[in-house]
Amino acid sequence: MAEEQQEQQERRKIGEGPGRLLVSLYGLFTVAAGSRSLYQLIAQFHKAPLAYILSAVAAVVYAFILVTLVRGSESARRLALVCCGAELAGVLVVGTLTVVVRSAFPDQTVWSYYGMGYLFLPLILPVTGMLWLRKRSCG
Amino acid sequence: MIGALTVSVSVAALLLAVWCGYATARDQSTKDWHFLGMAVVSVLALAQLVVGIVELAQGRKPVGGTALFLAYLVGALLAVPAAGFMSLLEHTRWGSAIVTAGGLILAVLEVRLFDIWGGGHG
Repeated sequence: MAEEQQEQQERRKIGEGPGRLLVSLYGLFTVAAGSRSLYQLIAQFHKAPLAYILSAVAAVVYAFILVTLVRGSESARRLALVCCGAELAGVLVVGTLTVVVRSAFPDQTVWSYYGMGYLFLPLILPVTGMLWLRKRSCG
Repeated sequence: MIGALTVSVSVAALLLAVWCGYATARDQSTKDWHFLGMAVVSVLALAQLVVGIVELAQGRKPVGGTALFLAYLVGALLAVPAAGFMSLLEHTRWGSAIVTAGGLILAVLEVRLFDIWGGGHG
Protein backbone atom coordinates (compact mmCIF):
# COMPACT_ATOMS: atom_id res chain seq x y z
CA MET A 1 0.00 0.00 0.00
CA ALA A 2 2.73 2.40 1.04
CA GLU A 3 4.72 1.33 -1.97
CA GLU A 4 1.81 2.09 -4.23
CA GLN A 5 1.47 5.55 -2.75
CA GLN A 6 5.16 6.15 -3.22
CA GLU A 7 4.84 5.07 -6.82
CA GLN A 8 1.92 7.44 -7.33
CA GLN A 9 3.96 10.26 -5.92
CA GLU A 10 6.85 9.50 -8.25
CA ARG A 11 4.40 9.35 -11.10
CA ARG A 12 3.10 12.83 -10.39
CA LYS A 13 6.56 14.24 -10.08
CA ILE A 14 7.70 13.79 -13.68
CA GLY A 15 5.54 16.70 -14.76
CA GLU A 16 6.15 18.81 -11.67
CA GLY A 17 8.91 21.05 -10.37
CA PRO A 18 11.56 21.40 -13.06
CA GLY A 19 9.41 18.97 -15.04
CA ARG A 20 6.70 21.63 -15.31
CA LEU A 21 9.19 23.97 -17.00
CA LEU A 22 10.00 21.15 -19.44
CA VAL A 23 6.29 20.57 -20.07
CA SER A 24 5.85 24.30 -20.78
CA LEU A 25 8.76 24.40 -23.19
CA TYR A 26 7.68 21.23 -24.97
CA GLY A 27 4.20 22.73 -25.23
CA LEU A 28 5.70 25.84 -26.78
CA PHE A 29 7.71 23.84 -29.29
CA THR A 30 4.77 21.64 -30.20
CA VAL A 31 2.80 24.78 -31.06
CA ALA A 32 5.75 26.51 -32.74
CA ALA A 33 6.90 23.57 -34.87
CA GLY A 34 3.32 22.47 -35.53
CA SER A 35 2.02 25.83 -36.74
CA ARG A 36 5.19 26.45 -38.72
CA SER A 37 4.97 23.14 -40.54
CA LEU A 38 1.22 23.48 -41.13
CA TYR A 39 1.72 26.90 -42.67
CA GLN A 40 4.64 25.76 -44.76
CA LEU A 41 3.01 22.52 -45.90
CA ILE A 42 -0.10 24.39 -47.01
CA ALA A 43 1.38 27.60 -48.39
CA GLN A 44 4.77 26.70 -49.83
CA PHE A 45 5.14 22.93 -50.05
CA HIS A 46 6.71 23.05 -53.51
CA LYS A 47 9.57 25.23 -52.26
CA ALA A 48 11.25 22.75 -49.93
CA PRO A 49 9.24 19.59 -49.30
CA LEU A 50 11.99 17.83 -47.35
CA ALA A 51 12.51 20.71 -44.93
CA TYR A 52 8.79 21.08 -44.32
CA ILE A 53 8.16 17.38 -43.79
CA LEU A 54 10.99 17.45 -41.27
CA SER A 55 9.31 20.34 -39.49
CA ALA A 56 6.14 18.28 -39.30
CA VAL A 57 8.03 15.26 -37.95
CA ALA A 58 9.65 17.48 -35.33
CA ALA A 59 6.22 18.77 -34.32
CA VAL A 60 4.90 15.22 -33.89
CA VAL A 61 7.91 14.24 -31.76
CA TYR A 62 7.44 17.32 -29.55
CA ALA A 63 3.73 16.61 -29.15
CA PHE A 64 4.45 13.00 -28.22
CA ILE A 65 7.02 13.94 -25.57
CA LEU A 66 4.61 16.54 -24.22
CA VAL A 67 1.90 13.91 -23.76
CA THR A 68 4.24 11.40 -22.14
CA LEU A 69 5.58 14.05 -19.75
CA VAL A 70 2.06 15.01 -18.69
CA ARG A 71 0.92 11.38 -18.30
CA GLY A 72 4.07 10.53 -16.38
CA SER A 73 3.65 6.78 -15.86
CA GLU A 74 6.72 4.57 -15.86
CA SER A 75 6.10 3.33 -19.40
CA ALA A 76 5.43 6.91 -20.51
CA ARG A 77 8.70 7.93 -18.90
CA ARG A 78 10.58 5.25 -20.89
CA LEU A 79 8.84 6.29 -24.10
CA ALA A 80 9.71 9.92 -23.39
CA LEU A 81 13.35 8.92 -22.94
CA VAL A 82 13.38 7.17 -26.31
CA CYS A 83 11.70 10.16 -27.97
CA CYS A 84 14.13 12.62 -26.42
CA GLY A 85 16.90 10.43 -27.88
CA ALA A 86 15.21 10.52 -31.28
CA GLU A 87 14.77 14.28 -30.97
CA LEU A 88 18.44 14.76 -30.11
CA ALA A 89 19.45 12.54 -33.03
CA GLY A 90 17.14 14.56 -35.29
CA VAL A 91 18.63 17.88 -34.21
CA LEU A 92 22.18 16.57 -34.64
CA VAL A 93 21.57 14.96 -38.05
CA VAL A 94 19.53 17.83 -39.51
CA GLY A 95 21.84 20.40 -37.91
CA THR A 96 24.90 18.76 -39.43
CA LEU A 97 23.19 18.32 -42.82
CA THR A 98 22.28 22.01 -42.95
CA VAL A 99 25.89 22.90 -42.31
CA VAL A 100 27.42 20.36 -44.71
CA VAL A 101 24.83 20.08 -47.56
CA ARG A 102 23.18 23.48 -47.51
CA SER A 103 21.51 22.95 -50.90
CA ALA A 104 19.30 20.17 -49.49
CA PHE A 105 17.57 22.72 -47.27
CA PRO A 106 16.51 25.79 -49.21
CA ASP A 107 14.33 26.85 -46.30
CA GLN A 108 14.76 26.63 -42.55
CA THR A 109 13.31 24.02 -40.20
CA VAL A 110 13.23 24.11 -36.41
CA TRP A 111 16.27 21.85 -36.42
CA SER A 112 18.35 23.77 -38.96
CA TYR A 113 21.79 24.80 -37.71
CA TYR A 114 21.15 22.88 -34.49
CA GLY A 115 18.13 25.05 -33.71
CA MET A 116 20.04 28.33 -33.86
CA GLY A 117 16.91 30.29 -34.83
CA TYR A 118 15.27 29.03 -31.66
CA LEU A 119 18.06 29.95 -29.23
CA PHE A 120 19.47 26.40 -29.55
CA LEU A 121 16.55 25.26 -27.38
CA PRO A 122 15.89 22.29 -29.74
CA LEU A 123 19.40 21.09 -28.83
CA ILE A 124 19.18 21.88 -25.10
CA LEU A 125 15.66 20.49 -24.51
CA PRO A 126 16.26 16.79 -25.28
CA VAL A 127 19.45 16.77 -23.19
CA THR A 128 17.82 18.35 -20.14
CA GLY A 129 14.78 16.17 -20.80
CA MET A 130 16.82 12.97 -20.70
CA LEU A 131 18.77 14.09 -17.61
CA TRP A 132 15.50 14.91 -15.86
CA LEU A 133 13.83 11.64 -16.83
CA ARG A 134 16.85 9.60 -15.76
CA LYS A 135 17.01 11.41 -12.44
CA ARG A 136 13.33 10.64 -11.88
CA SER A 137 13.89 6.93 -12.40
CA CYS A 138 16.53 6.71 -9.63
CA GLY A 139 14.68 8.93 -7.16
CA MET B 1 3.46 52.79 -34.08
CA ILE B 2 4.11 49.06 -34.28
CA GLY B 3 7.82 49.76 -33.90
CA ALA B 4 7.35 51.70 -30.66
CA LEU B 5 5.02 49.04 -29.28
CA THR B 6 7.44 46.28 -30.24
CA VAL B 7 10.19 48.00 -28.27
CA SER B 8 7.87 48.56 -25.28
CA VAL B 9 6.71 44.95 -25.23
CA SER B 10 10.30 43.67 -25.52
CA VAL B 11 11.54 45.85 -22.67
CA ALA B 12 8.55 44.93 -20.47
CA ALA B 13 9.03 41.24 -21.26
CA LEU B 14 12.73 41.39 -20.39
CA LEU B 15 11.99 43.22 -17.13
CA LEU B 16 9.45 40.53 -16.27
CA ALA B 17 12.03 37.84 -17.07
CA VAL B 18 14.63 39.50 -14.81
CA TRP B 19 12.10 39.97 -12.01
CA CYS B 20 10.93 36.36 -12.09
CA GLY B 21 14.49 35.16 -12.62
CA TYR B 22 15.35 36.92 -9.36
CA ALA B 23 12.45 35.11 -7.67
CA THR B 24 13.74 31.82 -9.09
CA ALA B 25 17.22 32.52 -7.74
CA ARG B 26 15.74 33.27 -4.31
CA ASP B 27 13.74 30.02 -4.39
CA GLN B 28 10.39 31.85 -4.46
CA SER B 29 7.21 31.10 -6.39
CA THR B 30 5.30 33.75 -8.35
CA LYS B 31 3.27 36.13 -6.16
CA ASP B 32 0.36 38.48 -6.85
CA TRP B 33 2.76 41.26 -7.83
CA HIS B 34 4.33 39.05 -10.46
CA PHE B 35 0.89 38.36 -11.90
CA LEU B 36 0.23 42.09 -12.03
CA GLY B 37 3.46 42.43 -13.99
CA MET B 38 2.34 39.66 -16.36
CA ALA B 39 -0.97 41.49 -16.81
CA VAL B 40 0.85 44.70 -17.78
CA VAL B 41 3.00 42.85 -20.33
CA SER B 42 -0.09 41.08 -21.70
CA VAL B 43 -2.01 44.35 -22.07
CA LEU B 44 0.91 45.78 -24.06
CA ALA B 45 0.92 42.68 -26.26
CA LEU B 46 -2.85 43.01 -26.73
CA ALA B 47 -2.42 46.66 -27.76
CA GLN B 48 0.20 45.51 -30.22
CA LEU B 49 -2.19 42.96 -31.71
CA VAL B 50 -4.94 45.57 -32.08
CA VAL B 51 -2.60 48.16 -33.63
CA GLY B 52 -1.18 45.45 -35.90
CA ILE B 53 -4.64 44.53 -37.16
CA VAL B 54 -5.52 48.21 -37.69
CA GLU B 55 -2.34 48.75 -39.70
CA LEU B 56 -3.12 45.68 -41.81
CA ALA B 57 -6.67 46.96 -42.35
CA GLN B 58 -5.22 50.24 -43.59
CA GLY B 59 -3.47 48.29 -46.31
CA ARG B 60 0.08 48.05 -44.97
CA LYS B 61 1.85 44.85 -46.06
CA PRO B 62 4.37 43.22 -43.73
CA VAL B 63 7.58 42.26 -45.53
CA GLY B 64 7.43 38.70 -44.17
CA GLY B 65 3.79 38.09 -45.12
CA THR B 66 0.45 38.89 -43.48
CA ALA B 67 -0.26 35.37 -42.19
CA LEU B 68 3.13 35.10 -40.50
CA PHE B 69 2.76 38.57 -39.02
CA LEU B 70 -0.65 37.74 -37.54
CA ALA B 71 0.58 34.39 -36.22
CA TYR B 72 3.44 36.10 -34.40
CA LEU B 73 1.12 38.79 -33.01
CA VAL B 74 -1.18 36.11 -31.57
CA GLY B 75 1.78 34.09 -30.30
CA ALA B 76 3.19 37.20 -28.60
CA LEU B 77 -0.16 37.81 -26.91
CA LEU B 78 -0.42 34.22 -25.63
CA ALA B 79 3.18 33.69 -24.48
CA VAL B 80 3.01 35.35 -21.06
CA PRO B 81 -0.56 34.34 -20.10
CA ALA B 82 0.30 30.72 -20.93
CA ALA B 83 3.43 30.93 -18.77
CA GLY B 84 1.36 32.55 -16.00
CA PHE B 85 -1.14 29.72 -16.14
CA MET B 86 1.61 27.10 -15.83
CA SER B 87 3.17 28.99 -12.93
CA LEU B 88 -0.22 28.95 -11.14
CA LEU B 89 0.00 25.16 -11.15
CA GLU B 90 3.56 25.15 -9.85
CA HIS B 91 3.97 26.75 -6.43
CA THR B 92 7.75 26.45 -6.33
CA ARG B 93 10.72 28.35 -7.74
CA TRP B 94 10.06 26.49 -11.00
CA GLY B 95 6.82 28.42 -11.41
CA SER B 96 8.95 31.58 -11.49
CA ALA B 97 11.37 29.90 -13.89
CA ILE B 98 8.49 29.24 -16.29
CA VAL B 99 7.51 32.93 -16.33
CA THR B 100 11.17 33.87 -16.81
CA ALA B 101 11.25 31.62 -19.86
CA GLY B 102 7.95 33.12 -21.05
CA GLY B 103 9.37 36.66 -20.84
CA LEU B 104 12.54 35.71 -22.73
CA ILE B 105 10.54 33.91 -25.41
CA LEU B 106 8.26 36.94 -25.83
CA ALA B 107 11.33 39.16 -26.29
CA VAL B 108 12.58 36.81 -29.02
CA LEU B 109 9.13 36.81 -30.65
CA GLU B 110 9.24 40.61 -30.69
CA VAL B 111 12.58 40.62 -32.51
CA ARG B 112 11.14 38.26 -35.12
CA LEU B 113 7.98 40.35 -35.33
CA PHE B 114 10.08 43.43 -36.02
CA ASP B 115 11.83 41.62 -38.90
CA ILE B 116 8.55 40.30 -40.33
CA TRP B 117 7.00 43.78 -40.26
CA GLY B 118 9.99 45.11 -42.14
CA GLY B 119 12.27 46.83 -39.66
CA GLY B 120 12.02 50.52 -38.94
CA HIS B 121 9.09 51.44 -41.19
CA GLY B 122 6.55 52.22 -38.59
